Amino acid sequence: MRALTTTGAPRRVRAIATAELRLLVRNRTAMFTALALPLITVAGLSAIGFGENGDLPLGALVVTMLAGFTLLYVVYYNLVSAYVARREDLVLKRLRVGELTDAEILAGTALPSVVVAVTQVVLTAVVAALALGLDMPANALLVVVAVVGGVVMFVLLAAASTAFTRNVEMAQVSTLPVLFLCMGSLIFSGVVVPADSVPDAVQDVFQFVPLTPVLDLLQLGLTGRTADGDTVGFGASFSAAAFPLIIMGLWIVNGIAALRRWFRWEPRT
Amino acid sequence: MAEVVEVSDVRRSYGDYEAVRGVTFSVARGELFALLGTNGAGKTSTLEVVEGLARPSGGRIRVLGHDPYAGRASVRPRIGVMLQQGGFPADLTVTETAAMWAGTLTAPRPVAEALELVDLTHRAGVTVKQLSGGEKRRLDLALAVLGRPEVLFLDEPTTGLDPESRRNTWALVRTLLDDGVTVLLTTHYLDEAEELADRLAIMHRGRLVRTGTVAEVVASQPATVSFALPPSVPRERLPELAGALVVDDGNRVEVHTDTMQATLTGLLLWARDHDVELRELSARPASLEQAFLAVASSPEERDVEVAA
Repeated sequence: MRALTTTGAPRRVRAIATAELRLLVRNRTAMFTALALPLITVAGLSAIGFGENGDLPLGALVVTMLAGFTLLYVVYYNLVSAYVARREDLVLKRLRVGELTDAEILAGTALPSVVVAVTQVVLTAVVAALALGLDMPANALLVVVAVVGGVVMFVLLAAASTAFTRNVEMAQVSTLPVLFLCMGSLIFSGVVVPADSVPDAVQDVFQFVPLTPVLDLLQLGLTGRTADGDTVGFGASFSAAAFPLIIMGLWIVNGIAALRRWFRWEPRT
Repeated sequence: MAEVVEVSDVRRSYGDYEAVRGVTFSVARGELFALLGTNGAGKTSTLEVVEGLARPSGGRIRVLGHDPYAGRASVRPRIGVMLQQGGFPADLTVTETAAMWAGTLTAPRPVAEALELVDLTHRAGVTVKQLSGGEKRRLDLALAVLGRPEVLFLDEPTTGLDPESRRNTWALVRTLLDDGVTVLLTTHYLDEAEELADRLAIMHRGRLVRTGTVAEVVASQPATVSFALPPSVPRERLPELAGALVVDDGNRVEVHTDTMQATLTGLLLWARDHDVELRELSARPASLEQAFLAVASSPEERDVEVAA
């Protein structure tokens, strides 16, 4: 019986994801956000010398910044809009009267954005390796964990953020707190400015921002550089990864709890 | 167990407001049960908890022997649901919408067959936002029957349909009933209930006020015998008639009676014996509409008790 339901789940998720991909392709604003915005942002910031004085070599810097902006725009912002749009059109309610489980509905809706996001990160890494001198990662496993964990975390945050997003237009405002905090973490977590020049108090606060563990793990995995600016080897990188992993885990647990408590499947009447 | 749907003393509250106040009914296999009621009577609220969309705040529900909320995984593959409002992404075509839904079902019909059933084949390539209200309703019905359900829940299936589409929908529902499908539907069209329902219930302010076959529900209402007396015959000369006397203005007389034959016999014998010509004589049994209006216009009894 269990085997039956698990073979059914991928098919159901795929059905929702296919429809969602069609909707993404037909929505120009969402397509621009998904395909162009992260690249333009990173290219623009690099052009004005953003991160030149940071701790990271250029290849790792570009990959890390792009991963950060992709998680924010493509996964977080896009999905807040998509979940809210489907909720307000009563699509979520309709999907819930079928055989899909709640998790399958959320996953299927998220899948196209997630695929676009991960593909962009991978392509950027390839380009960085070929053109910008990205070295072999110090710990590739941590890079994968950073991306996968980041995706899970921001999908959950997007779903949770729909609780205070009344309609699609409001998503432009309701996503700002998370977006601003996370952009702050891009600046203060050693990516853009050297970790030494960030006041400890600021660093203490920003280490709890959701994007920070992703950036910490990426830096660590790509270059072996810890949040404090030290460089460690493969073995030591695991112990350095413990703290960001805990923060990431906490956000995921909190995200699931928030989802269960506040996520609404139909418009407020 | 012949009962496919069993609902006993079900309640549903939204905050302080209790929309469903202890509803009990059951639907047997192959039967069509209609929930009638005015807007806001609690029909949709009832249907949603039976479909397993929400947990009732009280009472017990079984669909095909399972709790539809907790046992969602066992129940859903065997039921089809048509919600009151579609819930389709506006930018997908009819076929894409149906294909998406088919991809989530265990044993779906071919998409083309489902569209054919509701006469939407010619609109297959059109996006949902270009469909008329009636066409959206039919798409909704197509999705509800796509999984070859054993039990079908239809929330106002023909609202917004033109007369021909309504007939087609009724014909489809009848075909499904012939195949042994069990149907629970809500409607505020009395003719729809009369046309399709094996049994029905009239819902009012969160309660089922009448339940039974159309004949049983109508039987709760008196038949009406009416006539006009000639000007020369004053009303006082009428004999004692079984039933309640309702006198219209002028000479028109209406009698509401539970025993139409006895009332008519008394009246007609009197008229023959006294050589009175009863003009505009008519005798008609109660209609479902009459039963419905009697319920809908009843005062807010017992609301105080609920609030207390």
